[in-house]
Amino acid sequence: MSATDTTTTEPPAPDTTPVARVVVPPRSFRSEVRAVKIVFRRELIRFRSDRVRIATSLIQPLLFLFVLGSGLQQLSKFGTHGVDLKTFIYPGILCISVMFTAMFSAASIVWDREFGFLREMMVAPIRRSSIVIGKCLGGACVSSLQGVVLICLAGVVHVPYDPILLLGIFGLQLLLAFSITAFGVMVAARIKQIQAFMGVMQMIVMPMFFISGALFPVSGLPGWLAVLNRIDPLTYAVDPMRRLVFGHLHITAAARAALDPGLTWWGWHLPAVFEVGVVLVLGLVMLGIAIWEFGATE
Amino acid sequence: MDPATPAIEVRDLRKSYGEIEAVRGVSFEVAPGEVFGFLGPNGAGKTTTINMLCTLAKPTGGSALVAGHDVVAERDDVRRNIGLVFQDPTLDGYLTAEQNLRMHAELYGVESGLVPARMKQVLEMVGLWDRRKAQVMTFSGGMRRRLEIARGFLHSPRVLFLDEPTIGLDPQTRSSIWRYIRALQQTEEITIFMTTHYMDEAEFCDRIAIMDKGVIVVLDSPDALKARVGADRVTIQTADDDAAVAALAERFGIEAKIAEGSVTFYVRSGEQFVPRLFAELGVQIRAVSVSRPTLDDVFMAHTGSTIRDAEDSTGKDRNRMVMQAMSGGRR
Repeated sequence: MSATDTTTTEPPAPDTTPVARVVVPPRSFRSEVRAVKIVFRRELIRFRSDRVRIATSLIQPLLFLFVLGSGLQQLSKFGTHGVDLKTFIYPGILCISVMFTAMFSAASIVWDREFGFLREMMVAPIRRSSIVIGKCLGGACVSSLQGVVLICLAGVVHVPYDPILLLGIFGLQLLLAFSITAFGVMVAARIKQIQAFMGVMQMIVMPMFFISGALFPVSGLPGWLAVLNRIDPLTYAVDPMRRLVFGHLHITAAARAALDPGLTWWGWHLPAVFEVGVVLVLGLVMLGIAIWEFGATE
Repeated sequence: MDPATPAIEVRDLRKSYGEIEAVRGVSFEVAPGEVFGFLGPNGAGKTTTINMLCTLAKPTGGSALVAGHDVVAERDDVRRNIGLVFQDPTLDGYLTAEQNLRMHAELYGVESGLVPARMKQVLEMVGLWDRRKAQVMTFSGGMRRRLEIARGFLHSPRVLFLDEPTIGLDPQTRSSIWRYIRALQQTEEITIFMTTHYMDEAEFCDRIAIMDKGVIVVLDSPDALKARVGADRVTIQTADDDAAVAALAERFGIEAKIAEGSVTFYVRSGEQFVPRLFAELGVQIRAVSVSRPTLDDVFMAHTGSTIRDAEDSTGKDRNRMVMQAMSGGRR
C-alpha cells in the first residue's frame, strides 16, 4: 500500500453536464467473444507489469538445465553416447518450464477470487464459460511467452536454430500450457485459498514432473516406474517434444535408440500425433469440467 | 420500461441456508429515481437480500423483479440493467483506473465507440480523470471506492446497488462519496438501492427499510420515521441502573432500557421532565442528556439495540479490508 494522499480525495464540484448514455445490449455470441478477448487481454496486461514473476519462474528450469545437466554430465557421459546431458534433458526442461509458469497463471484465478475481482467478472451479463475460456487461453499464452526465453537458449545446448523446430517447440509449449492452466483452473474452482491451492498444485505437479521422463529415457524402466510413467499425462507432452528436438540433431543411431526410444504401450510405438492428441483431449476435458464447476457456483 | 413500473418489486422474498432462515419473507417496492436505504445490524439479512436482487443468490421463496425483469427467470436481463458496488473491493490493483473501466465496458458489451466519452464522464464525475493512468494499487481507500462507484455507473444501469458503500472510510471521505452518489443520481435519474450501518447516511435516503432478523420491521421516509418516535430521548447515568429502571417504571410509568452503561428512555418535552426526574427518582443521577429523536432512536425503538451494537460487527469487516489492502502488493 502506498499513496494515501488525502488532498486528492477532496472532490471538486461534481460535474452535472448532460450524460453520454450507453446501452448494454442483450447477450449474444459477439458479446461472449468480446468477454473472452478482454479476459485474455487482461492476462497479457498483467503479465507485462509483472517482471518479477517472469524472472523467478525461470530460475527452476535454468537450475535443472545448467546445474543438474552440467553436474551429472560427469557420471553420464558414457551412457549418453557422446551427447551432452544438457541436450538430452533440454526437451524435458522446455516442458517443465511452461508447466511451472502455467501453474502460476492458473493461480491468478485464485488471487482474483481473494481480491474480489472474480466477482466483478461473475456478475457481468456473460456466460461463466467465457471467463474460464479467456482465463485458460490467456494463461496458456502468458506461460508460453515465458517459455520463449528457454527456446532462445537452444544454441547453448547444441540444438540448431531451425525455424520449423522452434515453431514446433512453441506450439507444443502452447498446448501443454493450455492443458496445465485448464487443470489449474479446474482445481481453483474447488480450492479457494491461495496457500492451499499452491500446496495442492505442488503436490500434483512435482511427481508428474519427476515421473514424466523429462530427465531420463522412458525405455528399460523398472516395471512399477514404467506403469506410473505411462499414467502420467505429462509423459505425453515430454515424449513428442523430445522426438521433435532429436529429429533435428545429428547423432549416432545408437545414441538415438538409447536417448529417444519413444513411448510404447505393450510394445506398440505411439505415434507423436497420438501423444499430442492425448494432451489436447485431457486439456479440453479439464476445461469442460472447469466451466461446469464455475457455472454451478452461485 | 414503462416509467410507472417500479424499479424494484419484491414479494415475500425468502432465503434459507439449510436450517438458517437469513431472509424470512420481505416485500417492498422501490419507485424509479428513488434512493432506497436498507438499514440493520450485521446478520439482519441485508446483504442476502441485495445478493438475491443482484442475481448472485437464488431465492428459496417469493419473487423479485428488478427493472421489470425476474431475478431468477431473466437473470441476464437483470444483470444488464444493474450496477453493483460491493462491500469488499473488486478492482484489479494491477490495472490502471482506465483499464479497470475498459474491462468493465467490454464485459458488459458496451458499444466500443461510446466507451471513451462515457469513461471520461464517469471519471470526471468522481474526480479521478487526472489519475486515470495510475495503477489502482496506488489509490487510497476513498479513491478506490469512488472508482468502483464510477464503474457501477459506467454502463448506464437503471438501478445501482450499493452494499455498504462507505464502510471503512473516514467521515470526511464518507461525506464526499455521498456527494458523488447524489450528484450522479440526479444527472442519471437512476434508482439507488443501498445498505448501510451508519445512521447519518440513512438521512440521504428518500425511504428507509429497517431490517432485523430477516424481516423488515419498519419502512418509511426518514422524517416520518422520526415523527413516529416523537418523544425526546433522555439518557442518564446513575449509581444503580437497575434501581433507576425500576423507579422509572414505578413512579413515572416509563419503560427504560439499559445500554452501554447508561439508561435510556423516551418522554415528551424532555427538558421539562428533567427537574421532576431529579426530584422524584430516588436514585443518584451522575449525568443526564436530552436529545431530539434521530434515526438512531428509530432504530433502537424498532430493533431493541443501538446502532453501535450493530457497528461492533463491522470492525471485523474493516480489519479484513485493512488486511487485504496490506497484502495488495503481494499479488
